[in-house]
Amino acid sequence: MTSHIVSPKIYVVVFLTLLALTALTTCVAFYDLGPLNTVAAMTIAVAKGLLVILFFMHVRQSEHLVRVFVVAGFFWLAILIVLTMSDFMTRGGDNQIPHTATAIIQTRNPA
Amino acid sequence: MQMTEPVAHQFDDAAQQQQAATLGMWVFLCTEIMMFGGLFTGYTVYRHAYLAGFAAASRHLDVILGAINTAVLITSSFTMAMAVHSAQIGKRTALTGFLLATILLGCVFLSIKGVEYARKFQEHLVPGPDFQFDPGLRRQAYVFISFYFAMTGLHALHMIVGIGLLSWLVVGTMRGRFSSAYHTPVEITGLYWHFVDIVWIFLFPLLYLVERHH
Repeated sequence: MTSHIVSPKIYVVVFLTLLALTALTTCVAFYDLGPLNTVAAMTIAVAKGLLVILFFMHVRQSEHLVRVFVVAGFFWLAILIVLTMSDFMTRGGDNQIPHTATAIIQTRNPA
Repeated sequence: MQMTEPVAHQFDDAAQQQQAATLGMWVFLCTEIMMFGGLFTGYTVYRHAYLAGFAAASRHLDVILGAINTAVLITSSFTMAMAVHSAQIGKRTALTGFLLATILLGCVFLSIKGVEYARKFQEHLVPGPDFQFDPGLRRQAYVFISFYFAMTGLHALHMIVGIGLLSWLVVGTMRGRFSSAYHTPVEITGLYWHFVDIVWIFLFPLLYLVERHH
């Protein structure tokens, strides 16, 4: 990593792009795009995250072993979220929320 | 005097030692992904089930302060990247300056967060017996606000640790510990700081921008 020194110009471009994407995601949230609002917000967040990982965290120049670990970390996160949601999103009716959590909240905060 | 790193006996050379440090930091960051991942997953489950309450409660967060804080943190990531760059080319004064700028921006972020937290206490939007909300959506909003405090609180804790690490780097820089040949602690702390930035990049739209258009 040390042998690959990135030009500060690249950092400036990445920085300005990140600021522009922040403004974009904030503005887009105020337009009604239906379900696309969430898709747009998450797409922009992933794009920003990738910019930070690839350029600021130097993964673009890092050796393969580091990349394997980076990908593994986020892949396992994807497993956690996708498999969990594939359960909750396909449950019908009243059975959506783990009951114990709901029960605890009800007892502590009677509506 | 050019400082070089003593190479521990299990490594072939300083470069391999540096690569091992980077890899070790990424392993730690993977555990961080899993820790925040649990919260993100819980958030997703409840957002799916309680969308109305999440949208209503999200509207009580200050989107302007949230956006400003996102910009502040992104700027701090930029100054951190420049600090690492300054270390790589061996510019000690620039390194100290960029580290101090990063610390300052981190403190600005935490101060804005503190203002937001204080307002939530005034508005009775803190989990606990004082919590007040439209009765129809009270329980759902309670869950949202709980996630808000848990996630931003854990994030803020990481910021505080980061500021501590950066302060330690400033002391090290002033004592001449780092050079273009050896600056592993600067790189590694940079990775941590950027990771904390990425967490916020996701927290901002998920907490502040839920169904804002209604």
